[in-house]
Amino acid sequence: MSDWESVIGLEAHVQLKTRTKIFSGAPTAFGAPPNTQACAVDLALPGVLPVLNGEAVRMAIVFGLAVEGDIAERCRFDRKSYFYPDLPKGYQISQLDEPIVTGGHLDIENEDGSTKRIRLTRAHLEEDAGKSLHEDYQGKTGIDLNRAGTPLLEVVSEPELASPEEAGRYFRTLHTLVRTLGICDGNLNEGSMRCDANISVRQRGSTELGERTEIKNLNSFRFLDKALAFEIERQIDVLESGGRVERQTLLYDAERDETRPMRGKELSDDYRYFPDPDLLPVMVTESMLDEARATLPELPTAKRRRYVEELGLTDYDARWLTVDPDTATYFDAAAAASGQPKAAANWVMGDVAAAVRREEAAWTRVPVPAAQLGKLIKRIEDGSISGKIAKSLFQTLWNDGGDVDELIGSRGLKQVSDSDEIAAIVRRVIDANPAQVEQVRSGKTRVLGFLVGQAMKASGGKANPRRVSELLQEALSGDAS
Amino acid sequence: MTVGRFATIEDIRAALKSKTTSAVELARERLDRIAASDLNSFVTVCEEDALAAAGEADKRIACQGQTGLVGVPIAHKDVFCTAGVRTTCASRMLSEFVPPYDATVVTKLRDSGAIMLGKTNMDEFAMGSSNENSYFGPVSNPWDATRVPGGSSGGSAAAVAAGLVPAATATDTGGSIRQPAALCGISGLKPTYGRVSRYGMVAFASSLDQGGPMARSAEDLRLLLQHMEGHDPLDSTSADVGPTPHETDGTGLRIGIPREYFAATVDDAAAILERLGHGRLEISLPHTAYATAAYYVVASAEASTNLSRYDGVRFGHRAESPVDLDDLYARSRSEGFGAEVKRRILTGTYALSIGYYDAYYRKAQRLRRLVRQDFLDAFETVDLILAPSTPSTAFEKGALVAPDETKDPTVMYAQDVYTVPASLAGLPALSIPCGIVDGLPVGMQIIAPHFGEDRLLSLAESFQRETDWHQRTPAVHGTNARASDTSGGRYSMEGRRGSAGSGGGAQRMQSAGPAMGRS
Repeated sequence: MSDWESVIGLEAHVQLKTRTKIFSGAPTAFGAPPNTQACAVDLALPGVLPVLNGEAVRMAIVFGLAVEGDIAERCRFDRKSYFYPDLPKGYQISQLDEPIVTGGHLDIENEDGSTKRIRLTRAHLEEDAGKSLHEDYQGKTGIDLNRAGTPLLEVVSEPELASPEEAGRYFRTLHTLVRTLGICDGNLNEGSMRCDANISVRQRGSTELGERTEIKNLNSFRFLDKALAFEIERQIDVLESGGRVERQTLLYDAERDETRPMRGKELSDDYRYFPDPDLLPVMVTESMLDEARATLPELPTAKRRRYVEELGLTDYDARWLTVDPDTATYFDAAAAASGQPKAAANWVMGDVAAAVRREEAAWTRVPVPAAQLGKLIKRIEDGSISGKIAKSLFQTLWNDGGDVDELIGSRGLKQVSDSDEIAAIVRRVIDANPAQVEQVRSGKTRVLGFLVGQAMKASGGKANPRRVSELLQEALSGDAS
Repeated sequence: MTVGRFATIEDIRAALKSKTTSAVELARERLDRIAASDLNSFVTVCEEDALAAAGEADKRIACQGQTGLVGVPIAHKDVFCTAGVRTTCASRMLSEFVPPYDATVVTKLRDSGAIMLGKTNMDEFAMGSSNENSYFGPVSNPWDATRVPGGSSGGSAAAVAAGLVPAATATDTGGSIRQPAALCGISGLKPTYGRVSRYGMVAFASSLDQGGPMARSAEDLRLLLQHMEGHDPLDSTSADVGPTPHETDGTGLRIGIPREYFAATVDDAAAILERLGHGRLEISLPHTAYATAAYYVVASAEASTNLSRYDGVRFGHRAESPVDLDDLYARSRSEGFGAEVKRRILTGTYALSIGYYDAYYRKAQRLRRLVRQDFLDAFETVDLILAPSTPSTAFEKGALVAPDETKDPTVMYAQDVYTVPASLAGLPALSIPCGIVDGLPVGMQIIAPHFGEDRLLSLAESFQRETDWHQRTPAVHGTNARASDTSGGRYSMEGRRGSAGSGGGAQRMQSAGPAMGRS
């Protein structure tokens, strides 16, 4: 197997999260009952005409800027003809010769922290098709056109991905980017991002590309990885047994974990592309570019660099926090509110992340607002509450809401650092535990921990543990002398 | 009291204003006339809706007086979608299709107060030059029932020519307004591409299709255009240029006559224009010879994809008990489309295929640009171009098409030779009557620069003030129609006032069948 290497290129279909469709005013929301979000234009009734949604163009421009591609001054739409029941017009409006974005790159990070630059061929706008529903209709096929006309940005990479792992990293990097840019919701299980993969294998060291196959419609990170792994192995088997890889389009069957040649009307040898006469060429002006530039958020790579260089986070933490832009947004707010980025990072990656996972909450709707988490961190730092109290207070905030300072006040959670008060508690603990006291005095210092614990318990967790320990040691050594 | 059978919109407005007639009376009378006619110019008649709308119009006139097109009966070519009224495109494919929405043109004309009496016959999907390609049968030319009215807007042209309605909407892709207007002796305007919204107009060739009016005078065309034009946010190709002004005085214009066109038929017209003080210049449109070929490639290519949506899945004709998807597609389309439509789908599919795209589609687009440039160059030196509308007067039914497909279709395509160039260039052009040959009307075409409708109409209006060709009418018995010239009256129609819906089978036709007046 080490004799072979694989060459992979991905065509990712990114659903743009515009409110309405790319060529009609129908809403794009997911999950509505079949055919309730398809208007006359989406149904391709006779006489209807497409009108381009400017928001989709803006999003494509934002993407082009983010990947440093060339944004065409003038681009246009073409008709791609094929017959399929969920393609209402009998053609898809897409961009062939004049895509809105040409070139650009995505930098993916390898295991060892080094980066690899993957060049993009192009990114173009097109409309999604509807869905054919083969279940539930007793030998018939149902057609749901809710998705028909949803804007897609098809992002095509150069064949520069060397393994399923790299392809996975590329797809994840793209996923993070489009979510950061706010142009896609990234919900893979709703089909918001899907990809087609082109794969070929060749003898390691060879510069020529082998014959490739294309796997269509991979809609999860796991399926992408498994499908590529299966296909690479299949191609190597074919070549090693003296066969030839046939150029074909495949589907990945997740249940059987295998790729199979695709049969169906979506495939055509000739899509008869030609410029769509219903749409004028799109002119991208300087002011449209300026406007898009102004809305461009901090990109994941820049964010990661800032976390390390300015906030002093570890590279691991910085990467962890920037995978999901919503997590990063939450962290940024908590770090700002607390003034303590490192502590904020620990909380976000620890208690917050655990709760988010446990409760299946969204990072955009964490029940503990970042401002409250920031306050909580501040109160630990200024000694108002102990770390332990803070953890339970976080749970309270998560479950019931409220304000950190009010809760500390109303529930009497303020940490006790007053020496007289703590000294009194220490006295009671010493009196109540003569045996342990004796053990400490005879040199078994680890029993001191037990006494500290008893004192903390007696204080209801509010005593400052460091102060308790100090006063205990003082008292015991004082008694001994 | 009624207004004359061949009254113009201006006559009708005057009668409504002076209350010498009512909208209901007008509608009733014309609905009866439509029912009695056997021209087959209507596919659908909307009697109830029309009378109800006319009743409303009369109320409006009673309080506010007559404005706009309030109370004026019209017909729509059956290519314009009408909410709740079937829109067939004269195709079996859409013979039962009832759109849930109105075309923008339909909405605008309704808003202006016009009363839609029905939907007119046409060549299937607007493909044809004789109105013989209709699922609902051919339309007869009111001047001679053995002859075609032209196409594809043959139903609209025949209805206006026969005085069934004073005006009708139509569409022109390569001549479908101008050619039937010429063959039926009426006035027809194809506006600049983009002047009138295409939304709700069933597409044939998107880069060429343009809706426009047919009427009995250039003055009426201007009035109708006002109520059809305008930027439409639902049509990306509709132009945001504001309304057509009315400011050209129509004198002292430089009229170009292309040497590539056989212009003898418009010699008399040119002489009249000279007498009116206009200059006459010979010009050259060197790429004219390639226009028809380029047109049929481009139009068919666009049509081949525009008609892909008729697949039997969501609406339109669907084959019985398909065994699988291929069978559903193949049989629904084979059964639903007529021969000419299939021919163009095949031609267009071929022209767009890998390996042929460059040789056909790309080359045709290049020629189209050259044809357009010819006009732009010509308009450097002239204000308007005068040309024949058609190579012949109305030809006999069956002369150019045969049910068994034995006739060369390109002979029919050649009917569009004078109209296609302006279509390819997106220019406004109109056809108005300019003579009668052997009892059949002859049309002349005037072509203007982009958005030059005002100048175009001004010249046509001044020509019609000087001549009465546009007032000639086919002889119709039992009406107050004016007699045509001495050679007219070959076609006589004994109209029978019957109730609408009783059908039009009771007429007798006699035809002297003059020889084809090909010029």
